[in-house]
Amino acid sequence: MKARAKQDAAPVALSREITFAQAINEALAEEMRRDPRVFVIGEDVGEAGTPFKVLSGLIQEFGPERVIDSPISEAGITGLGVGAAMTGMRPVVDIMFGDFLTLTMDQVVNQAAKIHYMSGGKLKVPMVVRTTLGATRRSAAQHSQSLHALFSHVPGLKVALPSTPYDAKGLLKTAVRDDNPVIFFEDKMMYQLKGPVPEEEYTIPFGVADIKRPGTDITIVATSSMVQVALAAAEKLAGERISAEIIDVRTTAPLDKETLIESAKKTGRAMVVDEGYERYGVTAEIASVIADSAFYYLDAPVKRIGAMHVPVPFSPALEDLTVPTPETVVEAAKTLCGRI
Amino acid sequence: MKRSTKPKPKTGAPASATLGPEKLLRFYRQMVKIRLFEEQVNQLYTSAKMPGLAHLYIGQEAVAVGICEALRPDDYITSTHRGHGHCLAKGASADRMFAELLGKASGYCRGKGGSMHIADQDTGNLGANAIVGGSAGIATGAALSAKMRRSEQVSVCFFGEGALGQGLLYESMNMASLWKLPVIYVCENNLYNEYTHYRETTAGEFTTRAEAFGIPSESIDGQDIELVHTAALRLVERARQGKGPAFLTCNTYRFHGHHVGDIDRSYYRSKKEEEEWKNKRDPIELLAGRLVARKLVDTKALKELEEEGRREIEAGVAYALSAPYPDPGEVDQHVYT
Ligand SMILES: Cc1ncc(C[n+]2csc(CCOP(=O)(O)OP(=O)(O)O)c2C)c(N)n1
Repeated sequence: MKARAKQDAAPVALSREITFAQAINEALAEEMRRDPRVFVIGEDVGEAGTPFKVLSGLIQEFGPERVIDSPISEAGITGLGVGAAMTGMRPVVDIMFGDFLTLTMDQVVNQAAKIHYMSGGKLKVPMVVRTTLGATRRSAAQHSQSLHALFSHVPGLKVALPSTPYDAKGLLKTAVRDDNPVIFFEDKMMYQLKGPVPEEEYTIPFGVADIKRPGTDITIVATSSMVQVALAAAEKLAGERISAEIIDVRTTAPLDKETLIESAKKTGRAMVVDEGYERYGVTAEIASVIADSAFYYLDAPVKRIGAMHVPVPFSPALEDLTVPTPETVVEAAKTLCGRI
Repeated sequence: MKRSTKPKPKTGAPASATLGPEKLLRFYRQMVKIRLFEEQVNQLYTSAKMPGLAHLYIGQEAVAVGICEALRPDDYITSTHRGHGHCLAKGASADRMFAELLGKASGYCRGKGGSMHIADQDTGNLGANAIVGGSAGIATGAALSAKMRRSEQVSVCFFGEGALGQGLLYESMNMASLWKLPVIYVCENNLYNEYTHYRETTAGEFTTRAEAFGIPSESIDGQDIELVHTAALRLVERARQGKGPAFLTCNTYRFHGHHVGDIDRSYYRSKKEEEEWKNKRDPIELLAGRLVARKLVDTKALKELEEEGRREIEAGVAYALSAPYPDPGEVDQHVYT
């Protein structure tokens, strides 16, 4: 059986609290100190420290040679990242909004993802693409998408989706050390989220799900900020005497199937919550994994909750309808448990 | 990184002779309308009445107005995240724009687009765009369509100098030149890609980029509306006659932050630089000065024009504030036709 998060970290008191943004910043700073091959490239990553201020201070410590302010050229910087990674560097490419990943598609999907395989294992692309996902910031259709399913679909790519400051730091350090291209998604609405992060060095392995809250009646599998939504839902469900087990997959590629299946077998009911679209999405994949292996243990079909199948609308009156909320998760969980 | 950049206007011969007083007064009114509109946006945003992001056009008004006044109502424009000025200059009305900015059902896009996505087919506005350089293909495609339909329409692609980093622009310009498409690429160089000076992101010269494709390319003072308009008239006419695309760099400045929340700007540009542009290179003041100097109007009349504009803008805001939000049922409409 695979290790769980509780065992990942050294058993130290998690007394220190930092934000998700600080966790990202620390992970990069530590990796850049550890390994001179690691560098950051992206738009306004230098003095500005990105529009979200996530990288503030890095240029002061590492200088403009390792924190490179680029032109607004997403395809270009990703391409340069691939080439640099193939020849001995370890680039961390900053794509400001996940929506702009579409501009990098050839370099990520046709180049980075396939180079190791096409070269018969000779070449490798140890590159991280850091980017964002998530709606409800009133940023409209081209600045709000959650496109992680597109990348989880492609062999050769790894995809990480941290849900807490602790996971963000540990997973990003692992991403930087991984010899494969990793697409690292941060929900921009979580940058100010605070959580315990030890001072000591730690990493979190890919492909190891984390049980964020144990439970017995229903398994709720979630990703990224939807883990926070699921946790809030679990709290409400507890009030109705439904014990929900919340599982954070942490990486969709690789996916820790074992933990999901075990939990579903235990509780007999499962649902999946993700901010991407349901159709052909992460929820579909995870539901099928659970259905395949836990079918005889399930009391009901696996329920999926994703974003509404629409481009993200600007109007607050509409946007809030398009994403999963604790309320929608609670309703679905109650239905699944036969409480409605 | 901070660097001091003095405004270096390229002053050509004033084209006053060709532009009559009526036209100049209309320019004044239009520029003032944009200025007042944006001041309201600033107000709405800082008082938490407007959601999302707001990129103000203040300081760049002469570009949008100078260009759009050279266009027919059925000519096309594509715009950017900093698009309110283009939208108004092409003829959109302030009230429905405000409604869109507030996410209301009577907005130009039923509240679905917001500030960065206003489109208004009736005035030829194919849309603002939140992807830098994202409209280069659209504008060029509209020009291809105009040519195929023999409609004699012209298409104008507005973009900031940051878009020079995007490959799509170069692919599009190549085709526009090959096929002599009626498209004008208007590069508004306001010196900064967000928080970085363009010199740190842009190698070589602007003009030579288009020239490499055989596209005539000019760089002008974008604060001087007479210069902008005269250049636009010439290039638009040329395009309409089937003589192909052009590239016009308008050197300008955004007086405010990259977006409304960009308050501390000292790490990328100096107060002194901002003051110099605001005090010496304000396109509205420049035109006002000329109108008065040429005795076409007195300051009192200008003040009245401003008040007229203010009333329109205030009525527009009031309309938008009291307008209803879209019905929840609209959320999944318009995904497909
Ligand atoms: C493809 C893409 N990359 C990055 C961004 C984020 N972004 C928004 S505006 C901007 C700077 C644009 O500068 P410029 O084109 O000069 O226009 P300005 O803001 O100066 O009007 C950036 C990088 C974006 N919207 N689209």
